[in-house]
Order: sequence, then structure tokens, then C-alpha cells
Amino acid sequence: MPTNAPEPQPASEVSDKGAAAVRFRGVHKAFGDNVVLRDLDLNVEPGERVVIIGPSGSGKTTILRVLMTLERPDGGTITVGGRHLYHEEGRDGSLRPAGEKHIRSVRSDIGMVFQHFNLFPHMSALENIMLAPVQVHGKSKSEARALGLELLEKVGLAEHANHTPGELSGGQKQRVAIARSLATDPAVMLFDEVTSALDPELVGEVLSVLRDIAEEGSTTMLLVTHEMGFAREVADRVLMFDQGQILEDGTPEEILRNPQEQRTKDFLGAVFEH
Amino acid sequence: MTAAPPSTSISEAPAGGRHRRWYRDPGRLVPVLLVLLGFAVLASVEAPRGRFRTDVIAGRDEAFSFEFAVSIIAPLGRGLYTTARATVLAFTITLVLGLVLALLRRSGSRLVRWPAAFVIEFIRSTPILVQFIFFQQLVRAIDGVSLGAVQILILVLGVHYATYASEAYRAGIDSVPKGQWEAAIALNLSPLTTWTRIVIPQAVPNVLPTLGNYLVAALKDAPIAGPVLGVPGILFAATAIRGDTFRQVEPFLLAGAGFLLVSLPAAWLVRRLEARVAYERT
Repeated sequence: MPTNAPEPQPASEVSDKGAAAVRFRGVHKAFGDNVVLRDLDLNVEPGERVVIIGPSGSGKTTILRVLMTLERPDGGTITVGGRHLYHEEGRDGSLRPAGEKHIRSVRSDIGMVFQHFNLFPHMSALENIMLAPVQVHGKSKSEARALGLELLEKVGLAEHANHTPGELSGGQKQRVAIARSLATDPAVMLFDEVTSALDPELVGEVLSVLRDIAEEGSTTMLLVTHEMGFAREVADRVLMFDQGQILEDGTPEEILRNPQEQRTKDFLGAVFEH
Repeated sequence: MTAAPPSTSISEAPAGGRHRRWYRDPGRLVPVLLVLLGFAVLASVEAPRGRFRTDVIAGRDEAFSFEFAVSIIAPLGRGLYTTARATVLAFTITLVLGLVLALLRRSGSRLVRWPAAFVIEFIRSTPILVQFIFFQQLVRAIDGVSLGAVQILILVLGVHYATYASEAYRAGIDSVPKGQWEAAIALNLSPLTTWTRIVIPQAVPNVLPTLGNYLVAALKDAPIAGPVLGVPGILFAATAIRGDTFRQVEPFLLAGAGFLLVSLPAAWLVRRLEARVAYERT
């Protein structure tokens, strides 16, 4: 529940539609005394691929979780494709906390892939993928099946359509999870440390799927990852996040090769050491 | 992207068959049909009537008379049927009402959650014997409602165990990992879909062992109603035979065996069911 609704803002501040794919304005989130997002401002352009790096506990995952509505922010506003996620706009441009229906409607533009896959263990890979298209998007079973098989083909798992998650390796599970998210055709996809739970030899297959999605180009991607090589390769932009704030914001070249802040240097030093 | 292969080629792939619709799988359809048939029979066929008596007279100094024991099998069997039938019918109430109570208790609204919690705790914390008597008097006090002893037994036993089952369901629901709920949100599933397709299918297998225990416990609690309500169950039969013949070893030994006869296969069936609905956790 959005408890502390922010003050209504002037209309000019909120209605530049068609601009950013994702926009955070003064987003605040704390767990008890621990402030994880400190008045965060962030713009992500449509089609942009943004990699978020930073020490653990810095709040970078919370950015994704707040955007996916898994956590509700304590204050601030978030827009997705120009529409407010947590607020409904009155005629006069004033904002009031949004109901679940509104949140669901905006949320349909967002998809998320999790560190621990979170596949539904009682369903086959194909059923995992078909569920949302049938239940949420009103597709027929046969349409959804065709879509599911197409996506499984895309992630290289067509022959595993009828396997349950328990029968798949970690890398395969994560590829199914990516296909499941793609099936809802989100404009913005969030990837929360999607390779962190994988054995090292399985990381490559997942990254290659992510690379394919990035190459197609139309999906806005926000990735939290520790794979710096991958970040350098696919990211348009790298954000160094620390203590609830963006410490540095720039191209992969700028941030990873030539960081300005000491904390960024320390963090990258620690990451590249092993 | 090349066109997807025809769907049939995949659905008939090697591992296929495991995820066919359950009703097309004889291994699942047949047991389900048998269970439904069993319920239909139980619900429609009343227990055979007749006195619990025997014409065989055993010698006074005989510790155990085989002939006498054999002669009381039939009347005890009738009592066992009454008890088992009432238990099974009561347990269908338990399974459904227990889930409903568990969901009510998790409701977002206090107006729903608190009364549900009160009812559950109240029924769980009072003896079933008291509930039998209370409900019997309640039924008598209400005009136009007339329930037989067996019907009261079924209702009270079913509701009583529903409160236990609701706690078991609650634990089962809590055992579904948080990530499953989050995945449901990320896919924008409706709350109804989340419950029916994600949470309940995963919670129920976790709850089955507990529910199996409750089924056996309910079977053993059912005879409590015998003396109070006058339900002609198996212990009622054993008591009647003892009253007539002054022999108690044979009727009560056989009554105990009768409980085993029902509860052991029931426990076995529950274990089979557990194995069938189990899936590998990820």
C-alpha cells in the first residue's frame, strides 16, 4: 500500500507523456531505519539498456522491486511509459494514490526475471509460459501454446517443453523464466541478478539469451548484475548505486574503465579481483 | 524467428503424457471415478438396519470364544459401515470448509478475518462431545429443522475437523515460497488465478499428510457420538452386544480390528495420493 502519498505535483511535472520508459521522481523507500532508496530520480529512455551495479545492500534490487510493485515506495512518483504507476491523475492534474486496478493496468507493461527463477514447480516449462497469455491476455490455449513453443525455441529449449522445472538445470530454468516473462510482451524488462544463482558454466547460456533480447532492441531493459563484461557489452548506460543513491551515471566505458568516485573504484576493484 | 513447429510434435514428445490433462490419463481418471462412485454410494445408501445381537451363547469360563466372535462379525460390520460412512461424508465437509475457513482467516478485511479466527479457535478449543450435545439441542430448538442422529454426527464431525484442517491449510499456504507470489505479480496474474493456479496446487500436497492424519483421527472420534446421539456405530454395536451377552473381549477386540480395517487402507491411500501429487521442489 502506498502509505505516505506524496504531495500533489503541478501538472507540468507529470504529464510529459511519451517521454521516458521509466521515470522515478524523489522515490523514497526505507525498511525500518534502513533507507534503501533516498529520494531517487531516474530516467530510462524507451529501448535503453541500463545496467545497475553497486555493493550488495545498496538498494539496487529495490529499484527493480519497487518498479515491479513487489515493494511499495514510501514516497515519490514513478511513471512507466508516461503513466503513473502508484497514482491516478485527477482532471486538474493532481495525484491521488492509485487503486489495485490501476496498478495492475500499468504493471502489464513491466516484466521481471528473478535471481531464483521462481518458476511454478507444478507446471511444465510450456505451461509456465502459457499461463499469463491465457489467464491475463485472454489468448486461446492454442495461440498460447504456439507462442510458448516459439519462445522456448528462441531460448533454445524447444525439446524441454514438457519438462517440469525440477527436471531442468539452473541455466535452463532461468531461460524458461525469461521466456515466461517475454510471453507477456512487456515494454520494460527487469533482470534481478539473473545469473547470480547459477553455476559458473551455466552463466553463458543465460547471458546469450539476454544478448539476443538486447539485440532486438525494442525492449527497455534494467539489469542488476555483477557480470561486468556483459554490462560493458550490452549496456547503453551503467549506474553505480550506493547507499540508496546514484553515485555515478554514464556509459559503460566511462564507469567501468574510468570511474570518478572513489567508492566506484573500490567496488570495481573488489569485483574484478575474483 | 522461424514458425513454431506444429504443437502436436511437442506435446507427444518423449516426456509427454506426464502433463496431459488429468482426465485423459487412465491412471488418474480411474481412481477419481472410483472415489466419486464410492461417495455416491455412501451418500445414497443408508446403513443396513437391524439389532446388534447374536444367538450364540459362549461358555462363562471361556476367555475367548471363536464361535461367538464369528457370530457378532455381521452386526459389528453394520456398525462399522455406519461409522465409516459418517466419517467419510463428514470429511468431505472438512476438506472444503477447512479451505474456506483458511482463506477467510487470511482475508484482508478484519470484518472477515476476526470472526473466522474466533469460530476456528472456539471450535478447536471445545470438546467434540460438547459440540455434539450443543448442536443436537440447537437442532431440536429450531422449528422445521429435523436432522437424524447420523446427520448431526456428519455435520458436527465435519465442522470440527474443518477447523483443524483450516490450520493445516494455512500452514500449507504459508509454505508456498514468497517467490511464487512475486512471480505471479510479475506476470500480472489476477488474485483469483494466483490462488487457484499457483498457491493452492502447491499448498495442498504439503497439507495431505496432515489431512490424512485428521481423517484417521476423525474416524476414531466418530464413535463418541454413539451414546450421546444414538448413532448405531461400531462401538455402539459392541456396547450393545456386551449388554446382551455380558461378554466384552470379543466385541471390543473385533471393534478395534474394525477400525484398523478402515484406517490402514485409508492411510495407504493417502500415501499413494501424496506420491501422485508430489512434484520436485525447485
